[in-house]
Amino acid sequence: METALLIALPFVSGLLTLMFNDGKAKMVALLFSLCTLVNAIYLACNFCTCTVWHYELNMPWLTSLGINFSVGMDGISLMLVLLTTALVPLIILSSFQREITNAKSFYCLILLMEAALIGVFTARDAFLFYIFWELALIPIYFICLIWGGENKNKITFKFFLYTLAGSLLMLLAIILLYINNPARTFAIDQLYTVGASLDFGTQAFVFWSFFLAFAIKMPIFPFHTWQPDTYTTAPTQGTMLLSGIMLKMGIYGVIRWLYPMVPDAFSFYAHYAIILSVVGIIYASFIALKQNNLKTMIAYVSIAHVGLIAAGAFIGNLESLQGVVIQMFSHGINVVGLFFIVQIVFERTGTYDMSVLGGIRSKAPLFTTCFIMILLSSVALPLTGGFIGEFLLFVGIFKYHSIIAAVAGLTIILGAAYMLNAFQKVMLGEANTNTSDFKDLVLTEKLVLIPIIALIIWIGVYPQPFLNISEPAVKALIEVASKTSALNH
Amino acid sequence: MTELTWLIPLLPLIGFLILGIGNKYLTKSVASTIACATILGSFLIVLSILFPLINGTLANTTISYFDWINTGSVHLSFSFLLDPLSITMMTIITGVGFLIHVYSAGYMSHDEGMTRYFAFLNLFVFSMLLLVMGSNYIVLFAGWEGVGFCSYMLIGFWYKNQNYNDAAKKAFIMNRIGDLGFLLGMLLIFQTFGSLDYATVFTTTSSIESNSSVIIAITLLLFVGAMGKSAQIPLYTWLPDAMAGPTPVSALIHAATMVTAGIYMVVRSNVLFSLAPFTLEFIQIIGLATALFAATIGLVQNDIKKVLAYSTVSQLGYMFFALGLGAYSTALFHVLTHAFFKALLFLCAGSVIHAMSGEQDIRNMGGLAKKLPITFYTFLIATLAISGIPPFAGFFSKDEILAHAFEHSPLLWGLGLAGALMTTFYMFRLLFLTFFGSFRGTEHQKNHLHESPLSMTIPLMVLAVLSTIGGFIGIPEVMGGGNWLKKFISPVLGGTAEVHTLSHETEWLLMGLSVGAVLLVIAIAYIIYVSKKTVPLTEGVETSVAQKTLYHKYYIDEIYDTIVVKPSYLLSNMLHQLVESKLIDGFVNGMGTAVNKTSAAIRFVQDGSISYYLFAMVVGIIMLLFFNTVI
Amino acid sequence: MNQLTELFAPNLNNYIILCSILFTIGVVGVLIRKNIIIIFMSVELMLNAINLLLTAFSVHHGDSSGQVFVFFIMAVAAAEITVGLAILVMIYRNTGSVSIDSLRNLKW
Repeated sequence: METALLIALPFVSGLLTLMFNDGKAKMVALLFSLCTLVNAIYLACNFCTCTVWHYELNMPWLTSLGINFSVGMDGISLMLVLLTTALVPLIILSSFQREITNAKSFYCLILLMEAALIGVFTARDAFLFYIFWELALIPIYFICLIWGGENKNKITFKFFLYTLAGSLLMLLAIILLYINNPARTFAIDQLYTVGASLDFGTQAFVFWSFFLAFAIKMPIFPFHTWQPDTYTTAPTQGTMLLSGIMLKMGIYGVIRWLYPMVPDAFSFYAHYAIILSVVGIIYASFIALKQNNLKTMIAYVSIAHVGLIAAGAFIGNLESLQGVVIQMFSHGINVVGLFFIVQIVFERTGTYDMSVLGGIRSKAPLFTTCFIMILLSSVALPLTGGFIGEFLLFVGIFKYHSIIAAVAGLTIILGAAYMLNAFQKVMLGEANTNTSDFKDLVLTEKLVLIPIIALIIWIGVYPQPFLNISEPAVKALIEVASKTSALNH
Repeated sequence: MTELTWLIPLLPLIGFLILGIGNKYLTKSVASTIACATILGSFLIVLSILFPLINGTLANTTISYFDWINTGSVHLSFSFLLDPLSITMMTIITGVGFLIHVYSAGYMSHDEGMTRYFAFLNLFVFSMLLLVMGSNYIVLFAGWEGVGFCSYMLIGFWYKNQNYNDAAKKAFIMNRIGDLGFLLGMLLIFQTFGSLDYATVFTTTSSIESNSSVIIAITLLLFVGAMGKSAQIPLYTWLPDAMAGPTPVSALIHAATMVTAGIYMVVRSNVLFSLAPFTLEFIQIIGLATALFAATIGLVQNDIKKVLAYSTVSQLGYMFFALGLGAYSTALFHVLTHAFFKALLFLCAGSVIHAMSGEQDIRNMGGLAKKLPITFYTFLIATLAISGIPPFAGFFSKDEILAHAFEHSPLLWGLGLAGALMTTFYMFRLLFLTFFGSFRGTEHQKNHLHESPLSMTIPLMVLAVLSTIGGFIGIPEVMGGGNWLKKFISPVLGGTAEVHTLSHETEWLLMGLSVGAVLLVIAIAYIIYVSKKTVPLTEGVETSVAQKTLYHKYYIDEIYDTIVVKPSYLLSNMLHQLVESKLIDGFVNGMGTAVNKTSAAIRFVQDGSISYYLFAMVVGIIMLLFFNTVI
Repeated sequence: MNQLTELFAPNLNNYIILCSILFTIGVVGVLIRKNIIIIFMSVELMLNAINLLLTAFSVHHGDSSGQVFVFFIMAVAAAEITVGLAILVMIYRNTGSVSIDSLRNLKW
């Protein structure tokens, strides 16, 4: 029940936001999103590790088709719900310095998006999952289309079609599972058994259909070409939603819907997926090295980071999955921080072009400190959030294959190279005409960056509470996967 | 006694936080006082643990604070280990660190970024303490990366100069190459032993065969990490560039402490390394090659800090040479004495640069002995120490390394001695060119010459005393000393304590030979640079090919640029312009274009005339009916 | 006489033949005539052919639902012709002709 409320709250508040005028909308939206956050934190505090699933609700919806409104949270879902509810207020707050036309629709869409995302992370029914999955696409499409930058029509169109094409295949796979289910329901636990009992060829079809949907969403190389353009063109808040939360849908999909669903096909084909992910890390890192547009560069950085998480998700041992969960959380926080930094630079200088920036450090020490902290976390320096997940991921990947771990490890070097390159170009050196009257952070910007940095340090120094939340869920997931796999043999 | 252990790293961290947050509000004197006080506090706590450890009233202790990462098979706690090895390093770090903090208070007093400077210096001490205090590899790694970051921030301290920023970036990236090796080594240790705790790892090695491929892989990967951090071939080029930072930073980070982290790590893992004689041999070769290679470059450099930087690389090579010979405690001994005299050398250089208003080229110096007497005498002591003149500190440690080399083969001894002689030569060249002869700088500089303030000269004097007597803690048996340090460290070295097999006569002979040779080289340097008053040629003058190659550091930077940096950028461009936009995106967009083209082609089927549509409809219905009945 | 009566008696086959002829006339009329009004009338012809057929079958089977459908079709046809004629008027106002060839814009 609580989960359903958690989905309903942003949905209703999104619609309510429409009733206020544009000036008030942002405060209202912020308050509503904070309410959702408080609600989520309250649920997290009452979350015990005694059972795997909490706050479940199972209500008949379309009974003739066996569709239930079935939601609930385990540790993995909770982590992502916490991420979503924590980031949305920050994202809303990050827009306070911007002039936004038609503001109430903007904030309404963000809140609707939040509802859909929470739905994706908590759905326990394949049909419901698909509904939320597609629902999440609609607000972000309009956010990118209406408030986007140059060339937005073409790029948003491509983004929409690309992701839609992927999810259509997923729908096919879901229907295939459904018609093979003698009980004729979409309930996830039943589908797990159904999926495992399919013959290998069908499993392979299901695997690749799901894979495509998730790979496009994340995105994994070579399905990523919509991403840099979309991230660059979308308004920064849209980019934050896309990179901070929406991309986690794909990874979440892999660990919740793909890994335990078709264990045979998974163990057979995961290798290719892992190789693609690792290739993506190196590929995106190299491209990021020479990017001149700050926002595009961060977009490629995001591909590289996600590649590592995806590799961990496809490996599917306890360490790597724990790494995936914690890294999803800290990557979300990080990347939102990075894009906010980008936005601040853009608002004050009017350009994303790194070659004409420089010397900001001497003008804005506080801003520099924040940038450095987020940068450190994204190059995974120990005692920052990025390290914990990356280390666990490396442990998992190394267990799987040492050479792949070594190749993936190049991200440590390349990551330092592109991040420091960008930092040097934007922040260091002498101030020039673009940056000579760069103002330091104002209050609302501090309010965004300080929680981000606090979370980065918290996760880096004492990640145990987070790891404890997700550990039983991950263990249960692995157990399901091994049990269903054993059933078949 | 150990209740306060947690304060040792925490005090500098608190200092960092105060200075970092209060950056705008603190005056310079308050900032420097806070910075020095926190380090002094740590130093005193370290001493309070050091003495009980020496007395034997305190055994080795592991203090666990909290679970850091604990999930699945990964159980990593945030815990500290107090044992002779870590306490030795902690003493060096906080002791020398404190002296350098005090020195910095004088040296940086004219710089507006002083608070920021001290903040990062404190953070550095915190990270470095974490590195040596950790009781498992992961805490070591945390410190390891932390010092790399502080080094980055401090090399690029004057961030308005993009050349300095480049140097800082280079240092960080090169360190990261090593870090990757270290991380992989750590993962392999975890895979093999199921833990990263020193205690567990070092006691479960019995199942590992000597020279098995796993142990060789582990030790080689760890050594790659050490190569990066301790500037060994091929990852050494960042260290000379790192001299872009303020001079006290060079003294603390790039001479006394951070760069010796690699040696600390190898000594710490001596159990593993002793199981891999192959790796030890490899380390021997790399160490010796670095020692000689860097020394040759040092012979012709004209920048006072560059000479010292190459000297550091060379001395680090020496330490690795010792490690490769299996002489772990000797290497640590050299770390200790080197920390004293090299920090002293850098601080003296800083004093000189301070007096010369930022001039670093020794061709523009000369005759400074009279103007800067304290600096001169302390510099002289340090030079004698590094050259290995008894009874200064360097003599004992260097001699021990050479003795170990002789045990292995006289050839190694010969090469080691050659390195030592080159060191002596370039150090005395530096000394003579800087302090002897007549002044070669501008009038303005000449009038400005002054001895540094007390806050700078006191650390110099303390370090000079330490450089003189520091070697006495390791007086070899042959001189009746019984090598105290070796005994103190030996519990850490497990069963691998090195034993001398040389007879006393041979040892005396070797010492005599090396001291004689060193004195001869000093005499030669004296004749060239003082009697003949030779001054290195100015830029652009044609010299011999060999000299030119040396002066340009064997063109290693240029070679790296050509084979690593430029191809990376080229690859980046190629991937972006060819693979990304043409191949992958071309395919994606191609699908869209294909759909568009097809529809454009078949849309002419519909010409828009209703009668035609009706006709098509009727034909369609007829065909439907037809096929329905026929099939 | 008897044979003649039989031949012209309202038996089902005759109705089917008649309806087919009427329907074919309607189809051909739709296909070959240019005047939209004629086309409309041809459509009506087709509809009425079907109506006749439905009625015949209804009587034949003694089931009245066929005739119900006829009424239904007539009602729909009336509605359709209203809309159709309204469109036709608009076409005439816009193009000044009621020739089907004046409508060549039904394409993308």
